[in-house]
Amino acid sequence: MGTEWVEDTVYTATAVENYRGNAHRIDWNGADVFGPRDISILFRRKTAIGASGRDRRTGPHGERGGPVTAPRLAVVGAGVMGVGIASLALGHGVPVLLVETDASRLAGAPARVHQHLRLARLTGALPAEEAPARLATSASLAGAADAAAVVEAVTENGACKAEVLSEAAMIVAPGTPLISNTSSIPIDELADSVSCPESLLGTHFMNPPYLIPTVEVIRGKRTGELALAAALRLLSALKRTPVVVGDTPGFVTSRILHPMINDAVRVVESGTATAEEVDALLQGCLGHRTGPLRTADLIGLDNLLDSLRVLHERTGDEGCRPTALLVDKVEAGHLGRKTGRGFYEYGETLL
Amino acid sequence: MTTSSTGAATAQEIEQELSCHLEKRTKRSWAPEEDLFASGALSSLFAMELVVYLEKAFGVMIGGPDLRMENFRTVRAMSSMVLRLGGDAEEGGDA
Ligand SMILES: NC(=O)c1ccc[n+]([C@@H]2O[C@H](COP(=O)([O-])OP(=O)(O)OC[C@H]3O[C@@H](n4cnc5c(N)ncnc54)[C@H](O)[C@@H]3O)[C@@H](O)[C@H]2O)c1
Repeated sequence: MGTEWVEDTVYTATAVENYRGNAHRIDWNGADVFGPRDISILFRRKTAIGASGRDRRTGPHGERGGPVTAPRLAVVGAGVMGVGIASLALGHGVPVLLVETDASRLAGAPARVHQHLRLARLTGALPAEEAPARLATSASLAGAADAAAVVEAVTENGACKAEVLSEAAMIVAPGTPLISNTSSIPIDELADSVSCPESLLGTHFMNPPYLIPTVEVIRGKRTGELALAAALRLLSALKRTPVVVGDTPGFVTSRILHPMINDAVRVVESGTATAEEVDALLQGCLGHRTGPLRTADLIGLDNLLDSLRVLHERTGDEGCRPTALLVDKVEAGHLGRKTGRGFYEYGETLL
Repeated sequence: MTTSSTGAATAQEIEQELSCHLEKRTKRSWAPEEDLFASGALSSLFAMELVVYLEKAFGVMIGGPDLRMENFRTVRAMSSMVLRLGGDAEEGGDA
């Protein structure tokens, strides 16, 4: 595929070109001079490329002065979703910094991104003519200082997300959108942990992000117009169709889907039907694309359990209390496709 | 590439092994020319599983131009691709 994995400041041809030709009039309100693929036009910040001046090395063509870093997307968390979101962006020509604290997940991330890009190509989900943009990986958020947007996709846990978001808010330039991919935690609750609550919003990408064209976008009480507009421009560059909704536990999709999957697990637990039978009925009679239990395996049973707990704690809805069978599977380490076994047997770990 | 003495697999061997794997994973049997994805019961994610499986089981590398759904649609299409890529039956087997 010719994909290159770099671990350092990344230079892209477009950025270099912009830097050379337009160094004095880089105005991110400016439109097509940067070409449709340059993410810089997507974020209307009045910032010059390299304005931070932290990096004094020369560019690949011997340019001197400030760094010529391409505006890139920082994705935090290289789990199921972080890797999928990074792949979506890279496949659309947007460079990515992927941040992950777990050393083995971090080390394995480029190979998983590569597999996603192959799947995307196989299914025609990404523009075939476009070479993927560069991926950089890091164990720390520090490199996100130049990010045009941050997408947080860490474990579904309020404290964990609060820590990442508050750190990101301190690192990025003011006005940079901070986007949480939470399944169920209200955005306004997470907004308490950041210094700039107007920059925070939610986008709920689904797995795998490049195969699902619609994205639920969550606007919190304190989400500002600018952050929302920037996030929508990012989604349009990624060829996703947004649906903007209000802020409440589980928003729309998780509020409906997760208790429904929990019910499906309860049906299996009670012995009424097997997982295959439940899925066959939901697919064949009700038009569900994947079936709830295959979907559970695709989501990751640990993540589903976390999300149901978030929902149950915040809504009191008994339908969201995780069923014992789900808890048992997670405790046994059978987390779905990512461990090779959940409600189905896959024989090996899968994307 | 189909001379069997060198370990290179024949079309028949590949199809047999592939059918066996598919039956195990999908709990039904498939005719060599039957479209795996036509009914909608198997998703595009399953196609990626097949890529990973074929590479492991037959020791081939399926590169960019071959990553097209047509190559994964039927047992026959997959086996002819594996043959073309020089698949080796001794390589892996059904794990
Ligand atoms: N799995 C899905 O289908 C799905 C769909 C939509 C939304 N989500 C949401 O996306 C988020 C991520 O879910 P996932 O399924 O990818 O989870 P996951 O468990 O697969 O991955 C989470 C990753 O975050 C990492 N992490 C934890 N703390 C970190 C930190 N401080 N800095 C950097 N990395 C950190 C973990 O090591 C792990 O690799 C969750 O909020 C989840 O609810 C998941």
